[in-house]
This record gives sequence, C-alpha cells and structure tokens, in this order.
Amino acid sequence: MPVGEMNTSVGTLFMSPDVESARQFFEQKSRAPTNKLLSVSEAVTRLIHDGDYLGSGGFGTVRIATSILHEIVRQRKQHLGIAGHTTTHDFEILAAGRCFDRCDAAYIVGLEVRGLSPQARRYMESGAVQVTEWSNATLGWRYKAAAMGLPFLPVRSLLGTDTFKYSAAKEILCPFTGEKLAAVPALFPDVGIIHVHRADVYGNAQIDGISVADWDLARASKRLIITTEHLVQTDEIRQNPELTQIPYWLVDAVCHVPCGSYPGNMPYEYYSDEAHLAEWLEAEKDDTSLAEFLQKYIYGTRDFAEYLSLKGGETHLAELRALEPLHRSKEQR
Amino acid sequence: MIQPYNLMELMVCVASRQLEDGKTAVIGTGMPLAAAMLAQKTRSPNLITMFEAGSIAPQLIKLPLSVADSYTMAGGLMHSSMNEIMEACQRGIVDYTFLGGAQIDMYGNLNSTLVGTDYYKPKVRLPGSGGANDLASLCWKTLIITPHDKRRFVSKLDFLTTPGYLTGPGAREAAGLPARTGPYKVISTLALMGYHPESKRMRVESLHPGVTVDDVRANTSFEMLFADNLATTPEPTDDELRILRQEVDPQGLIIGKRTG
Repeated sequence: MPVGEMNTSVGTLFMSPDVESARQFFEQKSRAPTNKLLSVSEAVTRLIHDGDYLGSGGFGTVRIATSILHEIVRQRKQHLGIAGHTTTHDFEILAAGRCFDRCDAAYIVGLEVRGLSPQARRYMESGAVQVTEWSNATLGWRYKAAAMGLPFLPVRSLLGTDTFKYSAAKEILCPFTGEKLAAVPALFPDVGIIHVHRADVYGNAQIDGISVADWDLARASKRLIITTEHLVQTDEIRQNPELTQIPYWLVDAVCHVPCGSYPGNMPYEYYSDEAHLAEWLEAEKDDTSLAEFLQKYIYGTRDFAEYLSLKGGETHLAELRALEPLHRSKEQR
Repeated sequence: MIQPYNLMELMVCVASRQLEDGKTAVIGTGMPLAAAMLAQKTRSPNLITMFEAGSIAPQLIKLPLSVADSYTMAGGLMHSSMNEIMEACQRGIVDYTFLGGAQIDMYGNLNSTLVGTDYYKPKVRLPGSGGANDLASLCWKTLIITPHDKRRFVSKLDFLTTPGYLTGPGAREAAGLPARTGPYKVISTLALMGYHPESKRMRVESLHPGVTVDDVRANTSFEMLFADNLATTPEPTDDELRILRQEVDPQGLIIGKRTG
C-alpha cells in the first residue's frame, strides 16, 4: 500500500517520556508497607504542588476523586498541568478554581449529554491555558506506554486529522510492515488521583465495574493518591485478590472518603446527583454567581464531609443510593 | 394506519434499522444509544453493544447519562477498560461506531473541537475528540446522527477532529488509517445518507417523508449528491414507536416528552 507523505505535529509535549528517568524515580520509590492513611487536606498539601501535572481517574462524572479536586481548589493550587482524559465534572471543578495552565485535551469542557460548562469554556477561550490535542484512546495509550515502561506506543488513530496536527504525536513507519503509524509518547503524571471502592491503609485498592484507564494511570503516576469508599482490613483484600487493581507500593496516600465520587456516580453504591450537576452549570453563568457558589461549597467549607452535609447529608445520599441500578448479590457482599 | 410521530422518533427508528444483527458496535450516548436499544428490541437482538469506557454487552434497561455510568454496566457480560474497547476496535473486531452530532463535511469528516478560524483563539472551545477520532479511525463503519442545517453540514470544517474520508478516495489509506474503514451512514432530520462508492462523497439515499431535494440543498453548505433511485424513508412502524416510547425512552429524554 502506498504511504503518503509524513506529517509533523505542532503541539507541545508537556511531560517527558524518558523511561530512564522514570526508572530512576521508581527505583527510589518506597516499597514499605506503611500506614498511608491521611486526611484529604494533608494528602493534597504533601503530595500536590504548584506546577505539578495531574491525572484524574474514573470518567468525569463516574468514580471520580471529588474530595481531592475540591481540596486542590480550596488550597488554591496553581499552574497545574492536567490530562484531559474523559474529564467532565473533574475538569469543571479545576477550571472553576483556575488551577491549571497546561492541558492535554482528549475530552474537556463538556459534561456529555448535560451540555458544556460555561466556566470551563470561558477559561479555555481566555488564552490562559496552553493546550495539546489528543483523543481518549491515545491519552489512555500514553498512560499504558508509561505503565509498560516504554517511551511510546505505535497506534492507528489520530492519523490524517487536525487532532494529530495539534498533538505532540509523531508519524513513524512500522519497521516490519512499512505501515504508517502514530507514535504516542509515554505520559508519567506527577500525581494520579483515583477513587476506588475499597482499600486498606497500605493502599491495596479494588475497583468494581469498569476501570476506564485507571489500571494504567495508577502505574504511570509517580505519586498516587487513593480515595476510597470503604476502608478495609488487608484480609478482606486477600479474600478477593482478583479484584485488586492497584497494589500498595504504587500508592502514596490513602484517604477514607465515603461518597467520595459525589456528585458523580459510584457504580454499585450511588447514582449521580443530576440536580446538583445542573446547579453547577447554572452557577457558572457569570463570575459573580460562580464566586458565590464556590464560596458556599468549596472555599467556605472545611472539608468534603461538610460539603456533603450542605447537600442534604445522609438523607440525600440515601436517595442517590436508591437510584443506583447495580447491586451486588449476597455472596459478593 | 401510522401513528403520528416526531422527528426524533423518526431518526431513532431509521438509525436502528442500520445496525445489523450479530454485529459489534461501540455506541455514544444520546440518540445513538436509543437507536442501539431499539435495534436490540426489534430486528437485531444479538447486536453486541460496547461503550468506550469499558462496558461490554449490558442489558440496557434505561438510557445512561454517561458512557461510563452504571446503566452502561447493568446486566453486562464484562466490565473492562477503555483500552480493551479501543484495542478491540484497532484489532478489527468492531463493526460499527455510532456517534452523535458535530460539524460534518461532504467526506464525513467531523469537528467537535472548536468554532473559529484560529486554533489558539477559538470563538467556542468544544470538548475535542473524546473517543470519536479513535472510533471513527478504527471501527469498520461509522454512523453519525445529527440535526440537518447549514451550520452543521459545512463546506469546510473549522477543525478536522475525526476522520471521515479526509480528502477523498484513497486518503484514509494514505494517511495510515486501517484499510476499508470509514463513514457509512448519516441519519439527519431530513434524510438518510450514505457515501458514493467511488467519489466517497456524501449522497442522499432516502428523503424523510415530506422532505424535498430542495430542502436538503437549502440546509447543506456543500454540494450534496442524490442517489438515482431516491427513495422515501419508511415511516416508523407501530411496533417501533411502541417499543421506543414504552421501553427505550419512557421518560422522553431523547424523543421528547409526550403531551397527549
């Protein structure tokens, strides 16, 4: 098959795909089985610094680490880079706090069928954020390359499009077949944040339902913060080790945050709070109403538990649990 | 006697008929999903649905709000990962992808990234590719469902997010995209379209009831082709409408709330 001319991309590569420096980092990372339980506030203070590059797990409004995202805003972190991989409400929160100025964009600004976030749009259109384009698969494969300890993966999407042109991918020829491929560089985030169903204090973590890109995000991230619905004994992890997606030595902090994906959906636990997600979009209509909204729910609250109680606490959460369609059988509980 | 129906109902019914039984499909939320659910409950009970976030073959009991939410998983055969889904597409075992509205040109290329002429100063920043670039690159056939107007059916995209036939015959292969993949059908508010086998340009196959060739021309910014034996899109059957209203979308999220 004739191969057309080779094209080049113009996007900025924000993070080095150098696997040797990644190996050196991981060589030094502690393997000690210590108790890593921290408050959300402590975890963010210790592990997320201005200028860091962040990877947010889950899928935008599903199984997201909302408490960490709020705390990043509350602590007014700045100049973060973010992987816009399937980001919706997570992106909306960080855009509301104007916390980032670099973004690898695969899915940003929107909230799927709920529409576009006015504040995320304003922020992205303001020129304050440097953007490089990707797609959901290629950003996921960038995590996968990093998880594999490889500097890149060859893939067959992006090719022929402006998405490629404004990415930092490169076209290469297959050394075996001569086919044109897109090489996507490994992405090692400084910090990954992932909300899980259950974890022990050391960081052994289990996810029920789809894992999206979190298997690879957990392995690609230099530092990893886990928030968990349920804090369990290691014995419980050992009873179903096939459910463990993240072994403890990848993890730097474990935060026990019940209902931690709220207002997002947590499969098997509670459904999304669509009224509150709509309240977010409505509050973003102008700067004044957004500032009041953020003051009420984030800056003016001490922590995530206070936010949950402002939103109706256990009574309201029980309603969201009743809306959740996935339930475990008795044997699984 | 055919019951009254609205345009959304017509589009979902027409879309559902394009999905052959026993095939695999990665489905977007909204109208594509309603079409897949209707297909499963009518002529394609063994249509295998997948969602880009990782769900495989759920028993769709209600329209999900996210391609990752619990309703994409309920009753499923497997809860996997995005890589599992995208790699299946890349391997060639996924027949269809079915995506929602965006700017589209005569070769079926899509824009969901921005409105404006300067990438660095967009008038409107949109979500970007999401999984669309990958799915339309890697699945065998791409279906699009979208309202039909001049703003959406454009002669030049502001940004080519997702590949259709790019610049025409042979362009996908020259770009390195998998051979024999590409745009398949477009279901709009006016017509059902396919692509001319040689020129790879969009071509109307059937006009929806009451729609004329001039209506399509007036709402399309590029030169649309029309099939020689131009048909009228068959109306929704009573069975399709009943299943769509009672089982697929009883809340009217996609097809609208019923007043009478």
